[in-house]
Amino acid sequence: MKRSMFSIAVLGLVLAFLYVPIVLVVVYGFVPNGISMSFFDADGSFTGFTMKWYRQIFSGHHAVKALLQSFWLSLTIAGLSTLVSCVIGTTAALALHRWKDRLQSIHHALVYTPLVMPDILIGISLLMLFVAVKVECGFWTILIAHVTFCVSYVVMTVLARLQDFDDRITEAAYDLGAGPWYAFFHVEFPILLPGIVAGGLLAFTLSIDDVVITSFVNGAGTNTFPTYVSSMTKHSKNLPAVFALSTLMLLFTCALVGISKLLTGRNQAKLKGPSE
Amino acid sequence: MNNTNPLRSRKAEWLLTSSSFLWLAVFFAIPAVIVLAFTFHGHDASGGVGDWSFSTWRELVDPDYPTIVWNTIRISFEVTFWSIVLALPCAYAIARMNPRWRAVVAGSIMLPFWTSFVVRVFAWKTILHPDGWLQACYLVFLRFREWLFNWLPAAVQQFLVWTGLATAGHVDPATSTILDSETAVVLVSVYTFLPFAIMPIYTAAEKFDFSLLEAARDLGAKNFYAFRKIFMPGVKQGIVSAVLMVFIPAIGSYVIPQMLGGTDCVLIGNKIFMRAIQMRNIPHASALATLMAVSVLIPLGLAMWLKRRQDIRGRKRLEAQTARLVTSSNGEGES
Repeated sequence: MKRSMFSIAVLGLVLAFLYVPIVLVVVYGFVPNGISMSFFDADGSFTGFTMKWYRQIFSGHHAVKALLQSFWLSLTIAGLSTLVSCVIGTTAALALHRWKDRLQSIHHALVYTPLVMPDILIGISLLMLFVAVKVECGFWTILIAHVTFCVSYVVMTVLARLQDFDDRITEAAYDLGAGPWYAFFHVEFPILLPGIVAGGLLAFTLSIDDVVITSFVNGAGTNTFPTYVSSMTKHSKNLPAVFALSTLMLLFTCALVGISKLLTGRNQAKLKGPSE
Repeated sequence: MNNTNPLRSRKAEWLLTSSSFLWLAVFFAIPAVIVLAFTFHGHDASGGVGDWSFSTWRELVDPDYPTIVWNTIRISFEVTFWSIVLALPCAYAIARMNPRWRAVVAGSIMLPFWTSFVVRVFAWKTILHPDGWLQACYLVFLRFREWLFNWLPAAVQQFLVWTGLATAGHVDPATSTILDSETAVVLVSVYTFLPFAIMPIYTAAEKFDFSLLEAARDLGAKNFYAFRKIFMPGVKQGIVSAVLMVFIPAIGSYVIPQMLGGTDCVLIGNKIFMRAIQMRNIPHASALATLMAVSVLIPLGLAMWLKRRQDIRGRKRLEAQTARLVTSSNGEGES
């Protein structure tokens, strides 16, 4: 019993440790002075909270224009790379699940290795490739890099879903005269969909948050949200705007998760309903 | 299975494999080969890649580099150690909760990760500011460490200084700031990687049979003894994956040392970035990347070797037990 109290105390401290910076992110979104990042004047008097940065974000003020632009670029790249890596990842998972030959063992190694490589190595090696073939870095190189590190995560998630998949269902569809496309879209795809969605969500989160790989392949003028923020942390008086935008993003994701929890909860209740 | 099955035809296999295979071959495997090839080139003044030569590898003997590689490995070990030490009781506590709470707490451990990583590291920068309260705690910690250090025998002191685990000399409050120090890098790295250490251990702990701990206690084991001898071996697989989940990104980390480490704490990742982006010395960056890949592949290979050995040993033990059972039951049958 004592042991368990001790571990619960550690857990409480760890949770506090994890949330202190998050609380600060929210609080600093209301700080009036973007240079000193303080709620106090030079003479020590309290200056109060401000909604200035939120107003700037919603009105598209010129001071935060580059920040908002980088944010939209991040969303675009995350969306596109999620889409591409879901398509490529799902076909790869199907192949890895269905065949167990020499080709697939090489394929598996190729899919698995990026997962255990530090990001920076993927970034530098892609930069080397673009240097070697003399490609100008920019939007497309970022997209290629993001798809490259997202694919493996999608494959692993879909493969996990395929483990519980009964292959005889597809075979039955074929026996009943379905073609490969029909069988895929009407039989396999609906069953795999939760796995693909989970993999896609993971890919989206990884892509929108990536700073290491992007900073190698983004070229001179193209900045995603993370690389833009890391470049402005040294000399900028608009940092509270970054914190305000992050607070908005946090609220948005929390709302999204809450809604999805609510919906799945209701679905489960509906599924349970008639049987009870 | 019949070979005419259209599901398993050779053509279908190629069709499904080709997209990911080609993508990863072109954008992952070939670049790795290019990196390796570039290390055997010199560099030219305009930031390009020169002719074939060993000059890059010769230049790596630069007295800085071995220290940087060693510091990177040492700091990664420190980060891994603290992450595991904190993750074990957390995973234990979550796994012992009732299922309703479990989901909530496990979810709230991952929640901070929906804020941008760079933004979180920047928030840390404001916490670690020299005027902040953590600076005062840091000075107390330094004084305590100094006191401990002076108490140690001289040989141990020398060893600690030599490995970089401690520094000699008196603590000067003016120059020892927590921001731009190694401590800041370790602290924020632990903060960043901790959830990735908790999750695998928690997943393993969920399957752990906690009545074993009660049995151990009934047999007179102390709490901590039971935790160490029963719980920790029980979640060993989770600990191994947690170590890898923390150690590998820690070796490759460069954003945290760049933003919080100052000039004090330069790791391989920072050097790679400096060489590749700021100095345009592509061959040097490639050689450093190769060194980093090696320092990741060694522990990874070790972990896989351990797992395989354990599997083989487990199988052998099982076979021996089965054989014993079979022979004993045969013996019983005959008698």
